[in-house]
Amino acid sequence: MSVFNQSRSYIIRAIFLAVFLIILGQLVNLQIFSRKYHQLARDNAVFQKIVYPERGIIFDRKGRPVLNNTIMFDLMVTPAEVKNVDTLAFCRLMEIDTAEFRQRIVDAIIKNTRVRPSIFMSLLTPVLQARFEENSWRFSGFNLLARPVRTYPFNVGAHFLGYVSEVDQKDIERSGGFYRMGDYRGKNGLEYTYEKILMGQRGVEYMIKDNRNRLVGKYENGEFDTTAIAGRGLKTHLDVKLQELAEKLIGNKVGGIVALDPKTGGILAMASGPLFDPNDLTGPEKNRNYGRMVLDVKAPLLNRAIQGRYPPGSTFKPLGGLVAMDEGLITPSFGYPCGGAYYACRRPVRCTHAGGGHAANMRLAIANSCNAYFVDVYRKAVDNPRIGNVKKGYEKWAEYMNVFGLGVKLGVDLPGEVAGNIPSVADYDKEYNNSWNSCTNLTLGIGQDKMLTTPLQLANAMCIIANKGYYYTPHFVDSIENETIADTVFMNKYRTQHNVLTHISDTAYRAVIEGMHDVVKHGTARIATIPGIDVCAKTGTAEVYIRLPFKGEKRMKLKDNSMFVCFAPKDNPKIAVAVAVENAGYGATWAGPIARMLVEQYLMDSLQNRSKADFERISKTDLIPSYYKRLQYKTDSLRAYEWLKAYGDSSRLKLFLNRNKTTADSMARKKKLEEERKKEEEKKKEERNQFASLVLFENRKHYKKPKDGPAV
Amino acid sequence: MKKISNKTEISRGVDFILIALYFILVAIGLMAIFAVTYTEGDPILQSFLGYKTDYSRQFYYACIATVLGLFILLTDSKFFPATANLWYVGGILLLLLVFPFHSAVKGTESIIRIGGFQFQPAEFCKISVALALAKYLSLPEMDFTKPKSQLIAAGITLLPAVLSILQKETGLALVFFAYFLVMFREGLPAIYIIVGFATAALVVATLLVDKNILAIVLTGMTGIAILLNRKPIKKDKGVLLKIIFIGLLCIGIQRFAVPFLFTNVFGKHQVERIYSTIGKDIPEEYLKGEAKVDAKTGKQQNTADYNVKQSKIAIGSGGLTGKGLLSGTQTRYGFVPEQRTDFIFDTIGEGFGFVGSATLVCIYLALLFRIVTVAERQRSTFSRCYAYGVASVYFFHIAINLAMTIGLAPVIGIPLPFISYGGTSLLTNSILLFILIRLDADRQMVLR
Repeated sequence: MSVFNQSRSYIIRAIFLAVFLIILGQLVNLQIFSRKYHQLARDNAVFQKIVYPERGIIFDRKGRPVLNNTIMFDLMVTPAEVKNVDTLAFCRLMEIDTAEFRQRIVDAIIKNTRVRPSIFMSLLTPVLQARFEENSWRFSGFNLLARPVRTYPFNVGAHFLGYVSEVDQKDIERSGGFYRMGDYRGKNGLEYTYEKILMGQRGVEYMIKDNRNRLVGKYENGEFDTTAIAGRGLKTHLDVKLQELAEKLIGNKVGGIVALDPKTGGILAMASGPLFDPNDLTGPEKNRNYGRMVLDVKAPLLNRAIQGRYPPGSTFKPLGGLVAMDEGLITPSFGYPCGGAYYACRRPVRCTHAGGGHAANMRLAIANSCNAYFVDVYRKAVDNPRIGNVKKGYEKWAEYMNVFGLGVKLGVDLPGEVAGNIPSVADYDKEYNNSWNSCTNLTLGIGQDKMLTTPLQLANAMCIIANKGYYYTPHFVDSIENETIADTVFMNKYRTQHNVLTHISDTAYRAVIEGMHDVVKHGTARIATIPGIDVCAKTGTAEVYIRLPFKGEKRMKLKDNSMFVCFAPKDNPKIAVAVAVENAGYGATWAGPIARMLVEQYLMDSLQNRSKADFERISKTDLIPSYYKRLQYKTDSLRAYEWLKAYGDSSRLKLFLNRNKTTADSMARKKKLEEERKKEEEKKKEERNQFASLVLFENRKHYKKPKDGPAV
Repeated sequence: MKKISNKTEISRGVDFILIALYFILVAIGLMAIFAVTYTEGDPILQSFLGYKTDYSRQFYYACIATVLGLFILLTDSKFFPATANLWYVGGILLLLLVFPFHSAVKGTESIIRIGGFQFQPAEFCKISVALALAKYLSLPEMDFTKPKSQLIAAGITLLPAVLSILQKETGLALVFFAYFLVMFREGLPAIYIIVGFATAALVVATLLVDKNILAIVLTGMTGIAILLNRKPIKKDKGVLLKIIFIGLLCIGIQRFAVPFLFTNVFGKHQVERIYSTIGKDIPEEYLKGEAKVDAKTGKQQNTADYNVKQSKIAIGSGGLTGKGLLSGTQTRYGFVPEQRTDFIFDTIGEGFGFVGSATLVCIYLALLFRIVTVAERQRSTFSRCYAYGVASVYFFHIAINLAMTIGLAPVIGIPLPFISYGGTSLLTNSILLFILIRLDADRQMVLR
């Protein structure tokens, strides 16, 4: 029988062969012709782990780190490995409740699956970290992960050190793909300017991961890995002690302080009020803090030392004098017969002194801060007969101002510096319809009108006077660790001396400097006297007006800005200081003592007894203008209204609407309270009555006793 | 014929090519399992002997299989035809025992657990059926052209298949269909095979082509058949009726049988696997449970895709020469599920590339061809039928397993003979082969 079907054995073999050929064909297709599978397998199993280097450290002039890195720990959890954990003990240890524990575990699973570690608590406090480390053996599935965090050891310099934060899409695009998602970069201050130096170089480690994305080892034994290179450090001119002092003094005021080293242009201290804690912008609460500060109308994020625009007031007078002397319009012995005001133009400009030859020469005029003298000097400069045209004369004068560093950006190594304002001819042409003369803006001579300066510009101008004509661009960074040629090229602009005004005669400078010295000795700045040190200073009290940005608000005059500039010692200047305190009053009352303390601290390394008392008084005085409260309320409610318009969500506005109204709920509560109070009062009354009656009764008894006594 | 007393040594007549192929395959299997489960740093020799790791266990199974093989070689070849029916009854009884005593492992209910050992009677039944079928087909009065004999033979093979399906072990149940190859060799009319293939083609077409278009095509084909058979139809109207009946049957299968199969018979994972193989979205009417939709492409996410995708990545990334033993990232780090058992081929594909996998395929082909050659040289019908049974079972296992790992067939959980991890599978396959070698050693005898 089988013989008949023998041929079928070949058919069966053919079937076998055919099927195996199909399989071989698919193998050829998969393994030889499709190249994509190699990449797919690599993507599956190789993970590029970016290793972030430590950012560079910023040191002060004595090598103390003001911006450092610290290791903080995140508590990580791998939910699948959490077994036999005493939840209650864990919660008690880590100060959370069990419900939160459960919620966090669930969040972790949702975010990163059960088998991959995710953050359970980020940035543990040292106490919690120590507690966990002691007990970690009891809690399987939990472990600590180190994370470098920026830290500010002295808690100072929030405004100029800046902060880092994760790059956004814009940063990535702008950098041409240099930054990647998850990178951190300096967002402000020195962190921003010196980003390239501080950031170091990223490293890449190729790791092998398994089917659940757990890392199981190095790919090819780390053959393709690149190591991370730590960021380089920066040595700055900053004096931390001085900085601390400055921040304590300006913290609860609105204003700015700058202290420069005239010899190098190095910034010794720079503070802005109101202050904020730099560590607020590093930790886990970073975004919330940032949001809060952005919405604050006091603008704590604003660095008023380079971004505050203040009319310099009388602190400007030395400059005005120098300009006129350099133009040869007056000599140091020029005097002005001031009788209490400047009457040459339509509206008189008042002067605090009258007669007595208080402006008999430049030195005296500065010492007594004679308004009439400097208005006259200003007008002389603008109406310079050799130039013969007000506009050209003014142009020349404005040019002088720019050379002094006013109205232009100085080029400090911080982002966001503002230029202040020295109005141009065109500005006045526009405002006064082309008809104006030196009388129109005569208060420019006493640092008012539209003139606006930053504290940094004023301090820099002081440097020019102290140096008799030259300055270095103000800057923080003295030197860079392992400086490269590119770094040197960058730093050269801070290392070149700008001999901009050395053409002004020495006698002119001496007159001004002596005048400023007299201000301290027996003028308006006697407050700045430091025994043993020749301080040269000038006070300023600038009028300020504000128009709140609301309907029907009138322009109102605020309290004067308190301005103060100084440098010391007179003959060998080591420090130049400019202080501006908004709406505080006379220059000598607030800004003056602050500047004196800084000079003292810097030159003598400690405060004198008088200064210690002043320090107590000033650092505790809150001079934040009261209008901010109202402004904050109005701004917030307006914002809430905008929110309502934009998103149709009235919940934010309701907070403002219901502020002074009583709701049914609060009414009920009030009623209840009142009733209770009534009841209590009644009770008391009753008690009192009872007591009274008791007393009465007893008294009666008492009185009756003698009567009844014999009866009983 | 009698055994000749002076030639009693076991090696007499033994086919050493089969023995060699067997040991090569077992060795490859051990190496592949080692490559999957070896963890860096383990002392190799110690863990090989320690019975703690999978490769060590497989090693011991292989030892047991070799010992068993020796025992089989020592038995009398008449023992197998004589006890064939007993084997069958025993196998069926074991299968029935599963129902009260099974323990659920990974969705199947076909496993009995005794102590630390798992035993799958359906695997064992492959031997029973091979023996019983051979016994039945070699009966002296057998006339395989009779429908009655064909029915009985089909009954012998399909009874364990039905029982397996009831135990939710569809993969192994399908294996029993392989025995139709034996029947085909023994004279089953070719029409059955043709009808079988045609039905399979029709089912696949139903899945691939829009049902209305397919209905029109089928109607058209019926019309063409009638046109071509005008003359026979003129002579006999019955032919016309037959053609129309076949046409209607096809449309019936396409319209009703296949949807019935997919909605009522197949489980969720089976539907998913089938549609993942043909690379199409599951139609709404076959969907069981919620379908996941990929947010990016708007396509359905077929969860069954994952295994095959990863398996293809593993094999494809091997390239021409492979990444080397223990260097395959896909197989070493658990991206392919069921790697030790059903997807063991990935280890070879990734580690040794096309060269390695093609070599393995060729070894298998050599094994099958050798078995067919051995079968054809038997004088006894029993031995020949048995040999074909072994070849068919191996063929089915190998073809389906390889095809599924490279995405040509839906995922059916059947192991690769001699290579996949698993004691039952290795032992049954070894017993199957050693019985064949034993029978072949006495090929001059006519066994009844």
